Amino acid sequence: MSMLGLYGRRLLPQFIALAIILGLVSIAFPGFFNLQIQNGRLYGSLIDILNRGAPVALLAIGMTVVIATKGIDLSVGAVMAICGAVAASAITSGYSLPATLLLTVGVGVLCGLWNGILVAILDIQPIIATLVLMVAGRGIAQMVTNGAILTFNDEGLIFIGSGSLFGLPMPIVIWITAGILVALLVRRTALGMLIEAVGVNRRASTLAGVSTPVLLIAAYVLSGLCASVAGIIAAADIRGADANNAGLWLELDAILAVVIGGTSLLGGRFSIAASLLGAMIIQSINTGILLSGFPPEFNLIIKAAIIVFILVLQSPKLQGTLAFFSRSNAATKPAESKAK
Amino acid sequence: MKFVKALSCATVLAGCVFSSVSAADMTVGFSQIGSESGWRAAETTVTKQEAEKRGIDLKFADAQQKQENQIKALRSFIAQGVDAIFVAPVVATGWDEVLGEAKDAEIPVILLDRTVDADKSLYMTAVTSDLVHEGNVAGKWLVDTTAGKPCNVVELQGTTGSSPAIDRKKGFEEALKGHDNLKIVRSQTGDFTRTKGKEVMESFLKAENGGKNICALYAHNDDMAVGAIQAIKEAGLKPGTDILVVSIDAVPDIFQAMAAGEANATVELTPNMAGPAFDALAAFKKDGKEPPKWIQTESKLYTQADEPQKVYEAKKGLGY
Repeated sequence: MSMLGLYGRRLLPQFIALAIILGLVSIAFPGFFNLQIQNGRLYGSLIDILNRGAPVALLAIGMTVVIATKGIDLSVGAVMAICGAVAASAITSGYSLPATLLLTVGVGVLCGLWNGILVAILDIQPIIATLVLMVAGRGIAQMVTNGAILTFNDEGLIFIGSGSLFGLPMPIVIWITAGILVALLVRRTALGMLIEAVGVNRRASTLAGVSTPVLLIAAYVLSGLCASVAGIIAAADIRGADANNAGLWLELDAILAVVIGGTSLLGGRFSIAASLLGAMIIQSINTGILLSGFPPEFNLIIKAAIIVFILVLQSPKLQGTLAFFSRSNAATKPAESKAK
Repeated sequence: MKFVKALSCATVLAGCVFSSVSAADMTVGFSQIGSESGWRAAETTVTKQEAEKRGIDLKFADAQQKQENQIKALRSFIAQGVDAIFVAPVVATGWDEVLGEAKDAEIPVILLDRTVDADKSLYMTAVTSDLVHEGNVAGKWLVDTTAGKPCNVVELQGTTGSSPAIDRKKGFEEALKGHDNLKIVRSQTGDFTRTKGKEVMESFLKAENGGKNICALYAHNDDMAVGAIQAIKEAGLKPGTDILVVSIDAVPDIFQAMAAGEANATVELTPNMAGPAFDALAAFKKDGKEPPKWIQTESKLYTQADEPQKVYEAKKGLGY
């Protein structure tokens, strides 16, 4: 019980931010909370947020673990494009669905392995190491699709993007399952603590006997794996692999989701649930802007303003100042009343 | 009599020989931007085809989105002494010097698809489409199709601030002017991509009573329309009947949607910018006729009546 309470307090700022945004959107668009069953699945704006937020949520899972090791993975957007392209070209050249998925996930793991080896073995700074694949990856994806949007009609693959399970769209089921699995893996074992140890002080962890290279590589592999699943979803959603645009700038949204979730970019303590909430906060802003009917010229400004607001609320300086004022208020109140 | 006949035959023959010789002898350098989009790839393919059809030797240089590569390519074309240079300029500025060099070497330069901010005397002509006109054609189609019935239109704009987005919006709105039955109820950017087109259309459908208030969709490019069509289907509506779909570009995939009855019309942004350019060049080489400074390509309207399946097959191989 106290464990749960602790967990709740950790996620409280994110929940409050999400509630405020959803409240604001429902003022701008009254039918926002309406849910109905259509074609055997839940249908409504809230479901849209969960569904459209799937790629960023998946990326945020991997990104959280990487950032906890004091790293960063800039290549996830490009890996999405590569994996979408691989999935589309595999399915159109006649591979079965399981083979296609296995191949695609394998490519994602390979991408993660590449990043991990650059960071852990060759000791290149993560931001530079992953920048390589971020730049090259889109080129690789374009090579796979020959520069065109590669469309496919395989019902099985399309199901991953727009099918539904338990009345929920498939992408939602996938990202929630992935989130729970990874959270259990890192929290029910010592893995999470070891990752945090590496993030806080890599040298000390190595000296203490933690095999840091393996952990670091595993973190980047997980990130590549998550990116490959996100890539499959993005491609399946539009029934085609768009090498130019799939996952474009999503690495930044994923990093933002982790930051909104309160995980420090300096590594160390992390929370996957908080990052997932961060991803949903970002998507709520996106969907809210679309629903509210503002002219598109304002989209980015509104998004930036809301995010600055959330980050300011979370900043340790401001929280310290607020605590200081509430304390000094409490101290001056009796004095004031005396003066009167 | 015989003599006259022979003479006329000879002149005709000479004419034939001459014109064919002048075309076959011609070497044209083409500096392409790169292959950032399917349309660009198709333009490259069509340009090569058009050159081959006319027996012109085409020297092709891919600039990979860099102006310095284009300037290098132009200088090398000048050094090789080609008969003409085609450029699809990646940016509008910074061309004065190299175009001046081409002019000094008396090599005519023709701009394809985009124009430059340089003195008009520095190039022979520019072959481009009229973006405003494209939006206008799409709007006219909708005006004619709805024929006075009230119709709420939702618009998927291109990337905010890009010239196709601004001009295609402007042209469409001009066409709708004076037709009060047509009203643009929602307009958002879909960044020219399928994913965003689908996502934005989903929000339009939610915001307009599950799509029951929407009678037509106008998308600034086909890719957004293809994404939106899927959103409409997933909302339980029939694209093409419940919601009319009109877009611009005429890429192969929209013809597949039209063949399936899910899209209604598209306005072509032709990848054949080189054809009119070669024609203008041939006329210039033949009798020195200077073409106008701007050659507008045709913005052809395709509807479901134009055998979309056939057009799809024809366009599929162009590299879109």
